[in-house]
Amino acid sequence: MSVIPFPGPAANPDTITEDSWQALSQHTVARIALGRAGASLPTRETLRFALAHAQARDAVHTPLDSAALAATLTQAGHRVLQVQSAAANRARYLQRPDLGRRLHPDSRAQLLTHAADGCDVLFVVGDGLSSLATASHAAPLLAATLPYLAEAGLSVGPVVIASQARVALADEAGECLQARLVVMLLGERPGLSSPDSLGVYLTCAPKVGRMDSERNCISNVRPAGLPYPLAAFKLAWLLRAALQQGSGVALKDGSAAEPGWAALLARAHPALPA
Amino acid sequence: MYHITIGPRRYHFADLKTLLARASPLRSGDLLAGVAAASAEERVAARYCLADVPLRDFLQHPIIPYEDDEITRLIIDSHDAAAFAAVAHLTVGGFRDWLLSDAANPATLAALAPGITPEMAAAVSKLMRNQDLILVARKCRVVTAFRNTQGLPGHMGVRLQPNHPTDDARGIAAAMLDGLLYGAGDAVIGINPATDSPEAIHTMLAMMDEVRLRYAIPTQSCVLTHVTTTLELINRGAPVDLVFQSVAGTERANSGFGINLAVLQEAHDAARSLQRGTVGNNVMYFETGQGSALSAGAHWGADQQTCEARAYAVARHFSPLLVNTVVGFIGPEYLYDGKQIIRAGLEDHFCGKLLGLPMGCDICYTNHAEADQDDMDTLLTLLGTAGIHFIIGVPGADDIMLGYQSTSFHDALYLRELLGLKRAPEFEDWLETMAITRAGRLQAHGQQPPLLGLMETVA
Repeated sequence: MSVIPFPGPAANPDTITEDSWQALSQHTVARIALGRAGASLPTRETLRFALAHAQARDAVHTPLDSAALAATLTQAGHRVLQVQSAAANRARYLQRPDLGRRLHPDSRAQLLTHAADGCDVLFVVGDGLSSLATASHAAPLLAATLPYLAEAGLSVGPVVIASQARVALADEAGECLQARLVVMLLGERPGLSSPDSLGVYLTCAPKVGRMDSERNCISNVRPAGLPYPLAAFKLAWLLRAALQQGSGVALKDGSAAEPGWAALLARAHPALPA
Repeated sequence: MYHITIGPRRYHFADLKTLLARASPLRSGDLLAGVAAASAEERVAARYCLADVPLRDFLQHPIIPYEDDEITRLIIDSHDAAAFAAVAHLTVGGFRDWLLSDAANPATLAALAPGITPEMAAAVSKLMRNQDLILVARKCRVVTAFRNTQGLPGHMGVRLQPNHPTDDARGIAAAMLDGLLYGAGDAVIGINPATDSPEAIHTMLAMMDEVRLRYAIPTQSCVLTHVTTTLELINRGAPVDLVFQSVAGTERANSGFGINLAVLQEAHDAARSLQRGTVGNNVMYFETGQGSALSAGAHWGADQQTCEARAYAVARHFSPLLVNTVVGFIGPEYLYDGKQIIRAGLEDHFCGKLLGLPMGCDICYTNHAEADQDDMDTLLTLLGTAGIHFIIGVPGADDIMLGYQSTSFHDALYLRELLGLKRAPEFEDWLETMAITRAGRLQAHGQQPPLLGLMETVA
């Protein structure tokens, strides 16, 4: 997403003042040495910016295709439940964070019918602020994580797909389904150069009213950020540790010290920050 | 108790706090807090009542109890009754008329500032249209200084904001260089760090100071970390020019930031004692923004614009070099769209200036707000005409560390070109010396500008 897929309009060398320090761009992805037309941005830069903003806006406002995601997850062998938050639409969701944290009463009733099953780990997949992130990365991340859970002998509940959801909605879902731990996979607030970052939030003993300090977070999951194999390894590590000692600020991520990490890192995307 | 009858309906407002909230122009944060007017008519009804409230009532009826809040105590205890005398006979509506009249000029407004409380400023702003906020703010003059002089008539500064997601020294230096070569950085060169490690922040301060000394740049630097970290670094001998802190308008909200007036005083005194300023000694840099009190659950039922004005009482107490309202950063649950962001930016700038502050604005938005570059252009242009003290300069308006869009170096050049706004004179002289500008305009660089040697400093 960070690379423009087509060449920009040709610059007119007579009217554009190019900057002689373009080589400094090797040190930062900040938009430096853009050149100028008069004192203003050249056409190519206004278009480049507009495209990045358009992609970020679309990521926020395109509704999550829950049916398509449900089909993908069902095909992968998951039982899938689809729920809504108490925020009826996107405008309401953006203005009332409190509503995005709670289930719609009908969805709550639906989940409660499955309460008796219980599970060690419940995955909730929410649109958050980027449906693009959720649609692109939730299923691959789940697929990469499940082998670790099977190896640890942990039971996994149905995957809950939630629309107009914020992080804390997973607390209520986890409470309804009597999960020991809930993992929320949620689209993060899109940046101009990263419209598809997926956030991962772990919360032990989920129930309504849990505080953010009681969670652990993995952010920027996407091929150009933290790739799936590394994110899954990290998630599995945190998950096992959290089931032993509880989630929250006291639990520090020690996954990078494990022997398996270095091998995964070596095979990962070369652009991964150290 | 305030009330008014309009046609068949009678409106009641229990107290001043409620009246202010109901009179406030519509915004999502007040709806979220449940303090906004229930209808458009109720909003105007509240304004009718507010227009008749005598200004002195705000001194007698604090909206947050004196006993419970140190900012209320600061507002009441530091009120200058002699300065207030000029408008003490007026109502809020009469005060608006006075501000728009020829009686209000730069000299009378400067003399009046210590007599105005944040609640008076907030109240009158709620009766003002955008053009009123612009016209009156433009008459307010606030000059501050450290290594250069800011706020002179016809001048505007730029904070160069060279942030990097991992605080990489070369990444920061590259953005800093880009900004300086675009003529930005007279207000301050200020980094928002990704880390809160004192050692890492010390390194950033040392790097900026080295660059400043090597090229004799008449400006000041700042790493925008918590005030207690800056205090610790001053005690360790780090080169601290300005003390930064985010401040809010209630004691409880400031507790959420981990600060109070005493710790701000301690840091202020420590920075002053370093005597690093050359043409002045305003050493504080504050940031504020509507919604901060509500997001901390500490708004006492007051509307977000009134809470914001109260933050300026905190800032005013420490004679800051710069105050920056970061208007669109907080998100659409507080300011929903371009219209609300533009209104809030004009209100904050007006209230700050009326209270005597060097008011700048981070004209900005996030990608989940209903706003875009056109809205920012509008607010930028309006604030330029209103006499904004300084704006933010980020490469290409895209802050890659904080993940939001602010204004760019190009945006500042646009405003200078459009309105003839000059840089701080000492900084402008330096730019000419470095052959970056001539007669205030950027020069074309035939070859490598000498300033590019800056990168060696961080190699």
